[in-house]
Amino acid sequence: MVRPKKIDWFTIFNTCFLVFAALICLVPLIHIAAVSFSSNAAAATGKVALWPLDFSINSYRFVVKRVAFWQSMLVSIKRIAIGGTLNLLLTILVAYPLSKEKSDFRFRSFYAWAFFITMMFSGGLIPWYMVIKQLNLLDTIWALVLPGAVPVFSVILLLNFFREVPKELAEAAFIDGASHWTTLWRIYVPVSTPALATILLFSLVNHWNSWFDGLILMNKPENYPLQSYIQTIVVQRSFDNLTRAEIDQLISISDKTLRSAQIFLGALPIVCVYPFLQKYFVKGIVLGGVKG
Amino acid sequence: MKRILKKELPLHLMILPGFIFLLLFSYLPMAGVVIAFQKFIPAKGLFGDQQWIGLDNFVYLMKLPSFWNILWNTVYIAVMKILCGLIVPIVVAILLNEVRGSKLKRSIQTAIYLPHFLSWVVLGGIFIDILSPTDGLVNRALQAFGVEPIFFLGDNNWFPFTMIFTETWKEFGYGTIVYLAAITGIDPSLYEAAQIDGANRWKQTLHVTLPGMRMVIVLLMVLSLGNLLNAGFDQIFNMYSPPVYESGDIIDTFVYRIGLLDAQFGVATAVGLFKSLVSMTFISVSYFFAYRFADYRIF
Repeated sequence: MVRPKKIDWFTIFNTCFLVFAALICLVPLIHIAAVSFSSNAAAATGKVALWPLDFSINSYRFVVKRVAFWQSMLVSIKRIAIGGTLNLLLTILVAYPLSKEKSDFRFRSFYAWAFFITMMFSGGLIPWYMVIKQLNLLDTIWALVLPGAVPVFSVILLLNFFREVPKELAEAAFIDGASHWTTLWRIYVPVSTPALATILLFSLVNHWNSWFDGLILMNKPENYPLQSYIQTIVVQRSFDNLTRAEIDQLISISDKTLRSAQIFLGALPIVCVYPFLQKYFVKGIVLGGVKG
Repeated sequence: MKRILKKELPLHLMILPGFIFLLLFSYLPMAGVVIAFQKFIPAKGLFGDQQWIGLDNFVYLMKLPSFWNILWNTVYIAVMKILCGLIVPIVVAILLNEVRGSKLKRSIQTAIYLPHFLSWVVLGGIFIDILSPTDGLVNRALQAFGVEPIFFLGDNNWFPFTMIFTETWKEFGYGTIVYLAAITGIDPSLYEAAQIDGANRWKQTLHVTLPGMRMVIVLLMVLSLGNLLNAGFDQIFNMYSPPVYESGDIIDTFVYRIGLLDAQFGVATAVGLFKSLVSMTFISVSYFFAYRFADYRIF
C-alpha cells in the first residue's frame, strides 16, 4: 500500500488500542505467573497483580515433590509421544490415497465420504464412552490415543497439500517402477514437510491440552494426564452447599500459590514453544480457518 | 478387473488402518445411538439384550422443564459467541492492517494468538482466580473506579456474558489471522486507485478492504452455522457451578451430568442424538451454501 508517511491521531489511537488489546491477552497469564512466584501470605492478601510480591519459589518446590504431579506428567508425555506419532502416520497414510484422482483410485469417493461424514455426525458422548469401555480400553493409555487416532481435519489439510504436488514427479517415479509406497515416502512426504510440521504441531498441542477424555476414561487418578489432573485440583472445587461468603473465603485462603503454580506449569510448554514455532501455528490457522 | 485391483490394492492397504479406527471409534458409536431408544442397562452392554422403549426417552426429555431452558441457554450463548467471533476479528484485522511498523505488528499478532493454544482447564483456572468477587484482579480494578464487586461466575445475570466475553477473548486472535490473510491478498493497485480518487482511510476501508474480505467473511459466517448448538463445553464445564445452572447449563454439560454422573444413559444419548441431528442439518445446509455461493469444497 502506498501511503504518505505521516503520524496522525488515528495512527496513535489505533496503535494504543491494539497494544492494549495485546496486553489484555497476556495479562491473565502474567498474573497467574506472578501469583505463583509470590509467597503464600502475599498471595492471600490478594494484592499481587502483575509482579510477584515477596518473591518465593516455595509453591514450585512443593509441586515438584508431588508424586501425583509427576505421574500425570509422565502420562501426558507418553500420550504425546504415542498419540503424536500415530496421528502423523495415519494422517499421511489416509491422505495419500484420498489425494488420488477417481480414475486412479475408484473407491476414493467412498472413503472420502466415510471420513467426511464423521465430521458432520457423531454418536454423542454416551455411545462413544460405551464403545471404549467395552473394548476394555478404560484406564489404559490407548483410550487416550486410539479414539482420535485419525484426525480427519488434518487429513483434509494434507490431502489438499498432496494435490498441489506436481503430477510429473509421481509419474516419473512410477515409470521408474516405484510403488505407491515408495512414491509416498520418497516424494510426497519430503516435499510436504512444512504441512507435516504444522499437522504434527497441532496434534501435539491437542494431546497436551486434552483433559476431558482423561477425566472420564481414567478411573484411577494416577492414570490422569496432566491437564485432567490440573482440572481436578483447580476447577473441581465443590460449590455445593456453600454460602457466597464461604465460597469467597475458600477461594482466598486455599493454597492459591500452589494452584497458580500448577496452572502455570500446564501452560508453560505451549508458552515456551509458541514464539519459536509461530510460523507453523499461523500456517495451520490460515489453512484451517478457511478449510472447514 | 484383476489388473485394476492389483493396481489399487496398495492404496486400500494404506487407508485400511485409519479406516478401521474410523469404524471402531466413529461408526460404532454412531450405531450406538440405539441407546436413545432403550431402557439402557450398562451392565448388559452396548448392543446387548436391552429393553426397547421407543421414544419414551425423548418424551421424558420434552416434558422436562429444564430441557427447554438448557436449549435456550445453548442457542443464546452459541449465537452470541458466533456473532462476536465474526465481528471482533474483522475489526481487529482491519485495524492491525493499518499499523505501520512490521515489528510492532508482529508482536501484537503473537500476543493475540496465544490464548487460542491454551486449554480451558488452564484458562478456566486463571479466570476463576482473576474474576473472583473478593480479590480477583478484575474486581480490584473495578473497585478503584468505585464499582461494587461483581460475581462474574456466580451470578446468573453475569455468567452468560462472562462466557461470551472470555470465549471471544480466547479466539479473536485466531479469526484475525484468517481475515488478515484475506486483506493481504487484496490487489494494492486498488488502494492506489482509491487514493487517486481522493478516498480517505475510512473510505478505502469501506470500498476496498471490506469488499476484498467479502468472500472470506461470507464463508466463515456460513460455516459457523454448524456451531449453533456448540456453546463451548470445555469452557463452561470448567467455569460453571450449580448456582449458575439456570443461565449457564448447556446441552453438552447436561448430557455429561445426567449421562455419566446420574447414569441415565438412555436420556443422555437421546439429548446427544437430538443435538447431533440438529447440528448435522445445519452443517449440511451451510456446506451446501458455501459450495453454491463461494465454490467452497472441503475435499
